[in-house]
Formats: sequence, structure tokens, C-alpha cells
Amino acid sequence: MAEPTPGRILADGLWDNNPALVQILGLCPLLAVTATVVNGLALGLATLATLVLSNSVVSLVRHHVTPEIRVAVYVLIIACIVTAIELAMNAFFHDLYLILGIFVPLIVTNCNILARAEAFASRQRLLPAALDGLAMGLGFTAVLVALGAMRELLGRGTLFAQAELLFGEAGRWLEVTVLEDYRGWLLAALPPGAFIGLGLLIALKNVIDARRRPEGAATPAPAPAVGHAHGA
Amino acid sequence: MAPSRHMLRTGLLLGLFAAAGTLLVAATHEATRERIVANERAYLLRTLHELVPEELYDNDLAADRILVRDPLLGGREPLPVFRARRGGRPVAAVLTAVAPDGYGGAIRLLVGVRHDGTVLGVRILSHKETPGLGDAIDQAKSPWVEGFRGKRLGDPPARLWRVRKDGGVFDQFTGATISPRAVVKAVRRALEYYQRHREALFAVPPSREEPRHG
Repeated sequence: MAEPTPGRILADGLWDNNPALVQILGLCPLLAVTATVVNGLALGLATLATLVLSNSVVSLVRHHVTPEIRVAVYVLIIACIVTAIELAMNAFFHDLYLILGIFVPLIVTNCNILARAEAFASRQRLLPAALDGLAMGLGFTAVLVALGAMRELLGRGTLFAQAELLFGEAGRWLEVTVLEDYRGWLLAALPPGAFIGLGLLIALKNVIDARRRPEGAATPAPAPAVGHAHGA
Repeated sequence: MAPSRHMLRTGLLLGLFAAAGTLLVAATHEATRERIVANERAYLLRTLHELVPEELYDNDLAADRILVRDPLLGGREPLPVFRARRGGRPVAAVLTAVAPDGYGGAIRLLVGVRHDGTVLGVRILSHKETPGLGDAIDQAKSPWVEGFRGKRLGDPPARLWRVRKDGGVFDQFTGATISPRAVVKAVRRALEYYQRHREALFAVPPSREEPRHG
């Protein structure tokens, strides 16, 4: 497999092959925690760290793993990394752990991480693999934050509520009450709001892609995806 | 069919990875265990101080602890009860309670009670409620638990110790009734336990045994 350029890797992760909008992977945590911007950002950052680490380790051991056991080995690597991260956070960033603790085990349910290990990291050198983890993590985080912002705004009329949990007291100014005396729109705060919101974001991306396509190209050309993977 | 060299190698390799992974987790666990225990203890102390104002008592609150097991407190394992005294006389207690019926499983909480049965405060120790919905029971996310302060059994009357949706006096959240319902029920039952066992609770000498959870 040819090595993609760093620009290609970044463009894939952030847009062309975005894990949430194009691969539609990792929906379980994505839909579960995007009721607010801060929750979305927190899960995004935790996922990003795991992706970079797991991609790096998988890339490092790629020549030693035989095809029959590769999935078992990748699952093992991801589970160990997540457990180690959870323990380390509990020990060294206890206050952050009390806030993010609930998100860390959720990362294991994100099949995007296994998909990147299988489709990309297992065939690439260390640096491209780590960069892919970073790009996919950033792309995933961006969607989490966008969806969180949509749902928080419609569901509660605020943005960045409880930012101090993630950024300390210095983050409190981030919180804005956009709609005063807003009584909330329950649908946006509940899981159906997450599904509808994600659908709208995917539609928006398709519209933008269609506009960017040069005149005359009637049928959408498939995105030049690196290690395109579809799954649950 | 005899196992081929390839099969043996592959099996061995998988075993090797499993061993390496286990080693990593075990080493991390070993390296972080003491800090985690210390963190949890510091967190417990901080929470106890939040529940029982320091001017109320003069004993070592965290050490004056017994372990009790009772269906009213929930949970199958013995749960710690901390006792605050001033000049040797009981002034308050902090009970650990488990609400088994949270949306995401058991919710562990501390209930601070004055000797007369008035709630000093409630703090959630651990929970797995849905982020953004049920997790508003957590004092870090919303001031909801402060609603228990100053209440006791009888004021409001026992039938009103429910969330509003069930005809009680405690608020639920938009989109989440199960988590606050579970906490209200756990606090009410902890108070019932306290009412029945108050004298006995303060009479027992402190326990040296370590609880299984912090």
C-alpha cells in the first residue's frame, strides 16, 4: 500500500473520510454524549489520545502479527491502552478523572479505533499511523463538538455550559447563555435529537461537497479514501 | 491433523501479546495504586468536610468509622458510616448509601445527617448516569443535591419524599427522571435507617476493617 502524504491523511480524517460523517463509525459514544459542547469535547479528546497511541502501537508491531490473530491482537492492544489511560488519569489527574472517568470506558465501544488499526495503522510506518490517529481523532472531535453545540443550543439555550469542569475556573467565561429564559427543547436533548442532528450534519457535508464539485460532474465521485472501512 | 509450525507460532505469538498486555496493565495498576488510594482518601475527606462543617465536631471524622450492612442502605457489601462527635457527644453522622436503581447502574452517595435527623447535605460518590441528562445529580454538574439540605423525615412527610413527577417535592431533570428518583429514594431510606439505628450507630467502637470500596 502506497504511503499517503501527510496532507492527504489530514484531509481524510478531517473531511473526506471523516469517521463520523463519512465512515459513520463510533456512533454509540457519539450519540450518547453530545448533549453539550463540553461533554462532546471531553470524549473527543479522550478518543484522540487513544487513537494516536493505538495506531502507533499497531504500526510498531505490524510485521510481527500474523493475519489470523490480528483482530484479537488489536483488540487486546486497544483494551490495554484504554485501561492504562484510565488508571493513569485516576492517579495523576484525579479531578479530571472524576469528570471524564465516565467517558474513558466508552472509548472501548468506539469501533472507529479498531477500524483505523485494521485499515490504516497495520499497513503504515509509525509516523503516518500516528498522524492518521491524530487526524481521525480531530475529525471525530470536530463532529462531536458541532453536534454538541447544536443540541445544547436547541435543547438548553446555552453554549459551553460547565466549561470550568474541563478547563478549570479559567474556562468559566466560555459559558454563554444564548437564549435567555429559554425553556428548552426536549427533543434536542434526548437521543432522537442526536440522530436527527447527525443526519443534518451529514446532509450539510454532502451539500458542501456537491457545491465544490466542478461543473459537469453529475455523479458524485467516491472520495479517494485511504483504508475506507464501513461497519457498525 | 497435527498442528503445523505456523499454527504453533501464531498461538505462541498471541500468548506473547496477551502476556505483554497483561504486564502493561498490571505494571500501571501497581504504579498507580497508592496514588489512587491516596486520591480517593483525599476526595473522601474533602467531601466529608463539605457535609459536616468543621466547627461542629472535634474528633477524627474519617477514622471514627464503622461498617454496616443493611437493606435500607442498599448494596450487598458493608458500607462505611462516619461519626462526628464534639466533646465525646454525637453531633452528626455521614452514611454511605447505594441507590441500586440508577439509569446506568448503582449510584453511591454520602448522606450527612445531624444527630436530630436533619440532612446536612448529600454528595454523589460515583455514578454512571447519562452525561448531559441524569448526571445532573452529580454536585460537580448541577446544584441539585443541595435540595436535600435541611430536610428530614416528616418534613416533608414521607409520602412527599419523591420527585415531582411522582407527586413529591424534589425536582427531576428535563429528560431524566430515573436518576433523581433513585437518589431521592436512597436518601429517604438512609434516613429511615438512621432513625431506627441512631443510638446503636454511635455506640459501636470504630472498625479497623477496610471497606472494599473507598
